[in-house]
Amino acid sequence: MALSGMRGLSVFISEIRNCQNKEQERLRVDKELGHIRNRFKNEKGLTVYDKKKYVWKMLYIFMLGYDVDFGHMEAVSLISAPKYPEKQVGYLVTSCLLNENHDFLRLAINTVRNDIIGRNETFQCLALTLVGNIGGRDFAESLAPDVQKLLISSSCRPLVKKKAALCLLRLFRKNPDVVNVDGWSDRMSQLLDERNLGVLTSSMSLFVSLVSNNHEAYWSCLPKCVKVLERLARNQDVPQEYTYYGIPSPWLQVKTMRALQYFPTIEDPNTRRALFEVLQRVLMGTDVVKNVNKNNASHAVLFEALALVMHLDAEKEMMSQCVALLGKFIAVREPNIRYLGLENMTRMLMVTDVQEIIKRHQAQIITSLKDPDISIRRRALDLLYAMCDISNAKDIVEELLQYLGTAEFTMREELALKAAILAEKFAPDLSWYVDVILQLIDKAGDFVSDDIWFRVVQFVTNNEDLQPYAALKAREYLDKPAIHETMMKVSAYLLGEYSHLLARRPGCSPKEIFSIIHEKLPTVSTPTISILLSTYAKILMHSQPPDPELQNQIWAIFSKYETSIDAEIQQRAVEYFALSKKGAALMDILAEMPKFPERESSLIKKAEDTEADTAELSAIKSRAQQQASNALVVTDQHPANEPPQVTQLGMVKIPSINNLENNHVDQEVTQTNGIMGEVEPQNGDILGDLLAIEGPPGVSGTETLTEEGALALAPVGELENAVKPVIDIAERFRDLCVKDSGVLYEDPYVQIGIKAEWRGHQGRLVLFLGNKTTSSLDSVHAVILPPSHLKLELSSVPEIIPPRAQVQCPLEVVNLCPSRDVAVLDFSYKFGTTLVDNKLRLPAVLNKFFHPVTLSAEEFFPQWRSLAAPPLKLQEVVRGVRVMSLGEMTNLLNSLKLIVSPGLDPNANNLVASTTFYSESTQSMLCLVRIETDPADRTQLRLTVASGDSTLTFELKEFIKEQLVSIPAASRPPVLQPTIQPISSSDPGALLAGLL
Amino acid sequence: MHASFVFVLVKYRCSFSLYFLHSIVLCVGGSIVLRRISRRRELRLKMGIRFVLMVNKQGQTRLAQYYEYLTLEERRTLEGEIVRKCLARNEQQCSFVEHRTYKIVYRRYASLFFLVGVDNDENELAILEFIHLLVETMDRHFGNVCELDIMFHLEKAHFMLEEMVMNGCIVETSKANILAPIQLMDKSS
Repeated sequence: MALSGMRGLSVFISEIRNCQNKEQERLRVDKELGHIRNRFKNEKGLTVYDKKKYVWKMLYIFMLGYDVDFGHMEAVSLISAPKYPEKQVGYLVTSCLLNENHDFLRLAINTVRNDIIGRNETFQCLALTLVGNIGGRDFAESLAPDVQKLLISSSCRPLVKKKAALCLLRLFRKNPDVVNVDGWSDRMSQLLDERNLGVLTSSMSLFVSLVSNNHEAYWSCLPKCVKVLERLARNQDVPQEYTYYGIPSPWLQVKTMRALQYFPTIEDPNTRRALFEVLQRVLMGTDVVKNVNKNNASHAVLFEALALVMHLDAEKEMMSQCVALLGKFIAVREPNIRYLGLENMTRMLMVTDVQEIIKRHQAQIITSLKDPDISIRRRALDLLYAMCDISNAKDIVEELLQYLGTAEFTMREELALKAAILAEKFAPDLSWYVDVILQLIDKAGDFVSDDIWFRVVQFVTNNEDLQPYAALKAREYLDKPAIHETMMKVSAYLLGEYSHLLARRPGCSPKEIFSIIHEKLPTVSTPTISILLSTYAKILMHSQPPDPELQNQIWAIFSKYETSIDAEIQQRAVEYFALSKKGAALMDILAEMPKFPERESSLIKKAEDTEADTAELSAIKSRAQQQASNALVVTDQHPANEPPQVTQLGMVKIPSINNLENNHVDQEVTQTNGIMGEVEPQNGDILGDLLAIEGPPGVSGTETLTEEGALALAPVGELENAVKPVIDIAERFRDLCVKDSGVLYEDPYVQIGIKAEWRGHQGRLVLFLGNKTTSSLDSVHAVILPPSHLKLELSSVPEIIPPRAQVQCPLEVVNLCPSRDVAVLDFSYKFGTTLVDNKLRLPAVLNKFFHPVTLSAEEFFPQWRSLAAPPLKLQEVVRGVRVMSLGEMTNLLNSLKLIVSPGLDPNANNLVASTTFYSESTQSMLCLVRIETDPADRTQLRLTVASGDSTLTFELKEFIKEQLVSIPAASRPPVLQPTIQPISSSDPGALLAGLL
Repeated sequence: MHASFVFVLVKYRCSFSLYFLHSIVLCVGGSIVLRRISRRRELRLKMGIRFVLMVNKQGQTRLAQYYEYLTLEERRTLEGEIVRKCLARNEQQCSFVEHRTYKIVYRRYASLFFLVGVDNDENELAILEFIHLLVETMDRHFGNVCELDIMFHLEKAHFMLEEMVMNGCIVETSKANILAPIQLMDKSS
């Protein structure tokens, strides 16, 4: 009855179907595979019919999910059969069973090629389909010209042509060079003139792939696409066979609109008008009809049109039409439309500023969060996340928390993370933030990653007002009978640090706090025990003079854990025990943690990471870029210089070293503090750390730790002997960034001056090394540590500088590519017995490779528009900007050779600037900058940077940001203090100490 | 691990000893660095349709066509997961399910489910109607197509699909053109 009369096959399928269970099916399949293997083994008597039958059986078995690891040869061999039915089976089964990496496939290349260039159209189609589905690089290399020829030949019939188009698409994916032939874009353009809709459909798919890879080459095709749309929209010359429920090929319409979305903009006013007419017609003319299929098809076109309008960011009028439509969609009963409404609203938020209008639908969206359909709930969650801002954060986060209680397992982690991020980004007040996170941990502790509670600790540490509140909350949660381990960790940490602030409240005496925490100790895991031990040590420290009973209890615990099998716990126990016997010293060492340096939220990063995998958090990244956070999150985006995240909170304070004048040193100290936590668990070297930092304040030299000094203080270095610079190096460096000559460094003995000339991507610096003393300087060394983007050649430096003499050392600079990294001069000399070593940044910075350029409006705007999207154009809201008037800002930009063009921007609060950047990789590249200031709040502004090179854009944006924010990150000088040699540092503790 | 070390050092080369320490720490806590590297993914051209599945309501596969290469094991897992997800849904729920990097657009006809896996940004309704077009095409050929037709005429179902989709893109939407080669085959046999 079936399969063209192959009875054996029908019988086999029936038998499989009648199998009662999987086991029977497996037995039957094994039997059949054995049979086929036997038959294939001895080819004699195997007819073409048999082969065909067996090959089908194999495909059937493969489809059922069984491995078919033989018989590929037989399938491939059918390809060369002379008759159509066999050939067809051969091609089809081969493309199902094999993939492009199979060796057998290579054997067939010749046969396939012969079919493609042969006269038989049906054979051509089969061969093109095979190559289109599984052709690999080999095919791309040997077949591309033949396929191209078919595609553009005028004698080739549509049925072959449409296959050739998609075949070429495959080859292009395997090897993009196949379309990099002269005049290919013209041919593509001709293809889009095609009248046959089948050919046009597949050509359009090819076109979408080509433009998604590189739209620049295909501008000439843009009007053709609009023509296709017009033709379809007006239903001109569309055969009945291509109309689907009265709609002219909805798939082709969708595909064409998709292709247009790869062009950043449409310049030609006529084309633009024609397109918008079509879009307007789709937007206005799509009604809800009874027939499901017709409805779906017309809405498919409508949603694609919406996406295109969003992309082209049309006149505001059309955009509001879109929002109105979407608002209607998210309230309909039809689940598909509701889903798509929510999805497209989220997309819309990403491209334009329609937040206010979308907020009107908040109640409806929250209802969707409770929809019985998980697909819809997910979309609603994404949308709520994307639309959240400071005005509605409280409502939205509370909804999310409420939903967390009932949400299914698979969504909880995502929900928890999103709620935490929103709470952090938009908290109206900090106590609310703490409430939210603690609730989050309480409700879904398993899904709250460590990052989330680390972040709470950071905030509480950095905000004194918050500390008593947080401690009290933590105390309240501890009263609950069963609490999550994460809650235990955060509560123990907070109470260890801040429970003394609660001491007067009932139930909050050190003793009571200790006993309620200790009660839970038997239930927690090893990492938590080590946090608890730290908490005990802290409690002990805070209860001075010590309550002897409490002290004995805690000591007993420490001595119990001194023999713990876990090295971390053991070490903590031993150290805390020893420290707690030191009396007053304990106070210092276990004092409260200093503030953490502000840093980008690790949560947002985490969200970005997850995004890469799931695409479910799609909104996060763009939103994070769009709306920089409020005070809570500091978007300090130094991708490389980012201090590592705290993965473990060390509880030991480093006494801050205040007698070093420069506040950046403080900053570094606190950073080191963050790092220590990381070092700790890995090498378990708390002891070393403690030793090193226990030294009296002012130890900034490097020390060797005495081997036997268990808790002895390390000897103090002789900092007084060190040679100090007599000028502010950081300030000089900043000056030299905008000037070309000046003093780079000066101390009582040496002065280093600098003079520079810049031309394009090259520069010549001359270093003037001057000896100010009346004796000669020995062992002079100057080494350049170049960043990867600069090629630097320093001529040789004499080892001795005679008294009162000056030496000139020319330095050649070549800029290879854009980067903000800075070259460093490692300069050392010996004066008497003192070795002085300085690392000085060289002012070969990004703006040195700028060449001023002034643009008129006619030159500026086309460029600005053509660089439409990331990564070529980047935008960021910068907060914490140094307060300055527009005039001052103009001067600053001009001094950096970013030339401001006054009056170019109609808004007087905005600045527009341009420059040309030179490097070897980019050659000369025009850079455009726009700064939109807020007259109401001078500390924030929106910065947009565009150039033809994505790295350059990013680097320039960061560079300008550094110049604008109040503490320019770039001006953090290198290790300022001349260090005294030699550093004996095999011990990480000593290394750390050396850095303090 | 080694790779991450190099990566960090290059970035910090111009920086100072403090940053060197950072880099060492970053390597110790290597996961941070490694994650950052893995985020740099290569640009992948969109596939469009990534697979077409026909499954009956007992979850037995009746036709499977993939347009990207998956190992047998991956196929089995994927099919198991999405069939479980989709078959559990009811009529009032929407026709789209998100699964890993796929979006599944599905439609049910009597006892047979048609599941199409597409890229996340594909036009869902267009795919939904494409399924219907496929069913109508089968209807035209078999006359009121049912599960058994597809089972026992697997080759025809495959041929039809092959005429409609190639390399994940829609080739042809005219039923007459889709069915022409099959008629040719019927005639020749």
